[in-house]
Amino acid sequence: MRNSFAKAVITQCNQEEYFFLTGDLGFMALEEVQNSFQNRFINAGVAEQNMVGVAAGLAQEGFKVFVYSIAPFCYARPFEQIRNDICLNNLPVCLVGNGGGYAYGHMGPTHHALEDCAAMNALGVRVLVPAFNEDISVMLNELSAPTYLRLGYDVRPKETDIFEYAAWREILQGKRGAIAALGPLAGLAWQALLDIPVNDRPSVWAVTEFDETKIPTVFWKQIAEKPLFVIEEHVAAGGLGMHLALAMAHHKIQTSDFIHRYALRYPTGRFGSQEFHRVQCGLDAKGILTMITGATYGS
Amino acid sequence: MVKKRFEELLNTAKLRLLKMHYTSNSGHLGGNFSCIDALMTLHHRIMTSEDRFILSKGHSAGAWYVTLWSLGKLQDLDLDSFSKEDTLLPGHPSGKGIPDLHFSTGSLGHGPSLAAGMALAAKQKKLDRQIYCLCSDGEWQEGSCWEALIFSIHHRLNNLTILIDQNGLQGFGTTQDIISCHNLTSRITSFGAEVQYIDGHDISQIENALRNISLESPRVIILNTVKGKGLHFSGTLESHYLPLSEEQYQSAHLKITAEQEK
Repeated sequence: MRNSFAKAVITQCNQEEYFFLTGDLGFMALEEVQNSFQNRFINAGVAEQNMVGVAAGLAQEGFKVFVYSIAPFCYARPFEQIRNDICLNNLPVCLVGNGGGYAYGHMGPTHHALEDCAAMNALGVRVLVPAFNEDISVMLNELSAPTYLRLGYDVRPKETDIFEYAAWREILQGKRGAIAALGPLAGLAWQALLDIPVNDRPSVWAVTEFDETKIPTVFWKQIAEKPLFVIEEHVAAGGLGMHLALAMAHHKIQTSDFIHRYALRYPTGRFGSQEFHRVQCGLDAKGILTMITGATYGS
Repeated sequence: MVKKRFEELLNTAKLRLLKMHYTSNSGHLGGNFSCIDALMTLHHRIMTSEDRFILSKGHSAGAWYVTLWSLGKLQDLDLDSFSKEDTLLPGHPSGKGIPDLHFSTGSLGHGPSLAAGMALAAKQKKLDRQIYCLCSDGEWQEGSCWEALIFSIHHRLNNLTILIDQNGLQGFGTTQDIISCHNLTSRITSFGAEVQYIDGHDISQIENALRNISLESPRVIILNTVKGKGLHFSGTLESHYLPLSEEQYQSAHLKITAEQEK
């Protein structure tokens, strides 16, 4: 997604009011952004606390600012600067975390971002988790407040078109409840369920924002007294599952099942690719199919 | 004559600071009295309405509030509410009710980066604007200060001035004993900033240092100060925390008044 992000930034945000800061990352991805933004592109070096503070200073003076890094270096290292300097002033700074979840796989756990959405949600930052490459340009249209953009990989079925952007989108129809998938996992679930007859599968919803008010009525109707599956490459604490459970309580929605698959961190103490960790958490295509089969037909 | 009037104003501000902390039963007097000379000089003698100031050592909020009061930007009623219920003036500056406040400070190590961002913004907009940031000396144990210093020097932010209130005392001892943080001048100079080391209670030295324009790099002015200057517990750790008793308040009041009448 980072190439789509770079293209969208150049197309939509290469204006005098924008700055782009990176924490020394973006090789083979941000070169064109650097060329386009010229002196408004700053490599702040390996100093994320300062980078976020500088971004806040720029934003306080009227600029809109992107702050780019590998996800954990973007939200965890400078956490207090985000809290005090950006959020207390409600500044238009967009923190761009590349590689949400286990996306940096083999790089190891220091490079994974498993609790980023919870941490940013807790600060009141608007959290955006694009599911598809096309989502990014829509998301960049509205950067007026603290924002966290979690980039991953678009893995939807080949040669498929997506529907117009919405924070909650039904991307695959089904008659047996619904899957709410956070960001890119929606594409994976879409791929996994394609060959299952519509009457035997749940619908698949791509969830890209946590805002409860954006959940459409049709979603509630689909899950009433039926199975609800929540999948997210994020820990359970403060993730989509918890948010959705709270929203269900608010709306007095009862489901027949509430099945939640989420990031288990490192249950075996061994490390590998994003796919390896997804398999361990049941968040791969096979795991999703097993989850659906078990809940739909019973076992 | 002008200097005489400013010194009178400075003493009036010190008395008001003393009263404000006494009536609110607040501590942190030491760090306020070590920097009020610099704050008053900066705001009254140097800064224009275009310039920006960031109080990175947010625990000296009182001295800054009183400085704003001396400029007519805060009223007596505001100061009377300092650190009390339903106030706009908490113990560390925050919120939207304080004139000229750009950021909420109190957690140390944030100001230099914020100031660097503002200095960069001024350069980008081609504004003739100076950015000033006041830090404590213990604050430079925060790595983020050094990150900001490296950044500011690299980007030649010569519109940025960092003042460091070097009173030599921090939360639980002296800066020298705790983490050998006493030789800031040589350390910061070695990074490439222009550093001036002056008597932080000498108005002329403060003013001269602030008027000494830098051509190439950010300026750092290290203010050699006494924590709780002029108070009964000056130069002691008690001045970092303890509020004043009635007797101590009266004694300090007499001392500052006598200074004023010299």
